Amino acid sequence: MLSKLVTHEQAVEHVLDGTRLMYGGFGTIGSPANLIDAILHKGVQSLTLIGIDAGYPKVGIGKLISHGRVRQLITTHIGSNPEAGQQMMEGKLEVTFCPQGIFAEKIRAGGVGIPGIVVDAHVSGERMEGAEPFAFDGRTCRIEAALSAEVGIVYAKQADTYGNLIYDKAARNLNPLVAMAADITIAEVEEIVPAGELDPDKIVTPGIFVDYIVVRGGGNS
Amino acid sequence: MGLEMDQRNMVAWRAAKEVAPGMAVNLGIGIPELVADFIPHEWQVMFHSVNGILGVGPTPLKGEEDQHISNAGGAPVTVVPGASYFDSTIAYGMIRRKKLDAAFIGALQVNRRGDLANWIVPGSRVHGIGGGAELAYYAKKVIVLMSHVNQAGEPKIRRECTLPLTAKGCVDLIITERAVIEVTQRGLLLTEVMYPYTLENVITHTGAPLMISENLQMVE
Repeated sequence: MLSKLVTHEQAVEHVLDGTRLMYGGFGTIGSPANLIDAILHKGVQSLTLIGIDAGYPKVGIGKLISHGRVRQLITTHIGSNPEAGQQMMEGKLEVTFCPQGIFAEKIRAGGVGIPGIVVDAHVSGERMEGAEPFAFDGRTCRIEAALSAEVGIVYAKQADTYGNLIYDKAARNLNPLVAMAADITIAEVEEIVPAGELDPDKIVTPGIFVDYIVVRGGGNS
Repeated sequence: MGLEMDQRNMVAWRAAKEVAPGMAVNLGIGIPELVADFIPHEWQVMFHSVNGILGVGPTPLKGEEDQHISNAGGAPVTVVPGASYFDSTIAYGMIRRKKLDAAFIGALQVNRRGDLANWIVPGSRVHGIGGGAELAYYAKKVIVLMSHVNQAGEPKIRRECTLPLTAKGCVDLIITERAVIEVTQRGLLLTEVMYPYTLENVITHTGAPLMISENLQMVE
C-alpha cells in the first residue's frame, strides 16, 4: 500500500535556507514539536516563518527564533517570546503583525486558491501599507493578500496512509488551515493507520493536501 | 494591575451581573478571567476562547489536565456539555458575525468616546495586537474591567487616550473597583460608586468629564 509515512529527516528535506515555512499551533497546543526539532537539527538559516504566535523561547516554534534561524516572521503577536522581541529591536528579525482573525482568514484564502480577502478597513493593529480603503457593500474595506508558503508543518491526532487528518480538541486551531496553504505539507501525528480505517465523515483535512507524514516520537531526526 | 485580589474579585463579581443565562461571552486576560467564577453553572453561559473552543469550563483538578484543552493564554481548562472545538477562522467568524453577546476585556486607557488602548504597555516592546481589535469591534457589548488608576496613580479613564489605540468607539461599559461608568452618545455616565470610595474620589480620579446618573447607586 502506498504510504506518505517518512522519517523525520526525510520529511524536512524540502526545508532549505530561506524557505517560507508556515506552522500550525496556538502557543504550544497543536504545535508540531518533532518537526520543529528536525528543522532545528538540520541547521537551515534565514527562514521566513508564518504562524499565529512566536511560541516560547525554548518551546515550540520559538526555538528556531532563539537559535537565530529566522530572518522574517509574519504573525499576530510575540508576547510569549521575549527573544523574538529582542531580535526585532536589534534588527535581526523582521516582524509583520496582523490581527488574529484576519491572519487566519488570509491563510484560509491561501489554502483555497483565493488571492486576497476583503476586510473592514478599521480593524488593524497598525497602519497597513499599500492597503488603500475603498467602499464596498456599504462598509469601508481594504484588501489583504492571501498567505501561503513553500512548506507547511502541522500537528494532528491521526492520519491514514493517504494523509487524511483528524485533529484533537483545541490542538486543531490553525492546523487544518496551514495544511492547505503550503506547496508541501508535512503532518506530525500521534498515530497512522491504513487508508480506509478512518471514517471519511470524521476527516477534517483531506489527504490530497498532505505530502508527508511523521509519527510523533517515532523515527529519529 | 495593582489591585488587591479582593478588589479584582469585586470587579469580576459586578461584571458577572452583565451576563444573562444562555449568553455567549469572551473573557480576556487579567480580571476578566475571574468573571466565570461568579456565573452559575446552570445559566449555561458559553465561554468562547479564540484558540478554538466554545464552552470553556472550570480549571481542571491537578492531574486531570488534558494537554489539548487550554484557553487562549495556554492555561489548562475543561469544557462544558454542549462545547465545540473549531479552527481559528471559525473562532473569529463567530466574533465577526456578532455571535458573541459580550466581551470582557482589560484596558490601559479608555477615553470619553469609548476608544480603547490595551495593547502597548508604555516603555515595553511591541507585542502585536493578537485578537484584541476584532473582539473590541465586533462583540455586541464590550465591557472593560480594569483598575480605576494606573500604578502611578493616574486616571485610566481620560479625555483622550495617550497610548496607541486598539479600537475606536468600541467600549460600552467600564467597571472598576471604584465605579461603573456607561459610555453614551453624550459622554461618560457614572451610574455606580463602589464602597468605600466616594463620589468625590471617583470624580477626582477620573480624567474625563462625568455625567452623574439620576439613579446613581452607592454600592455597599
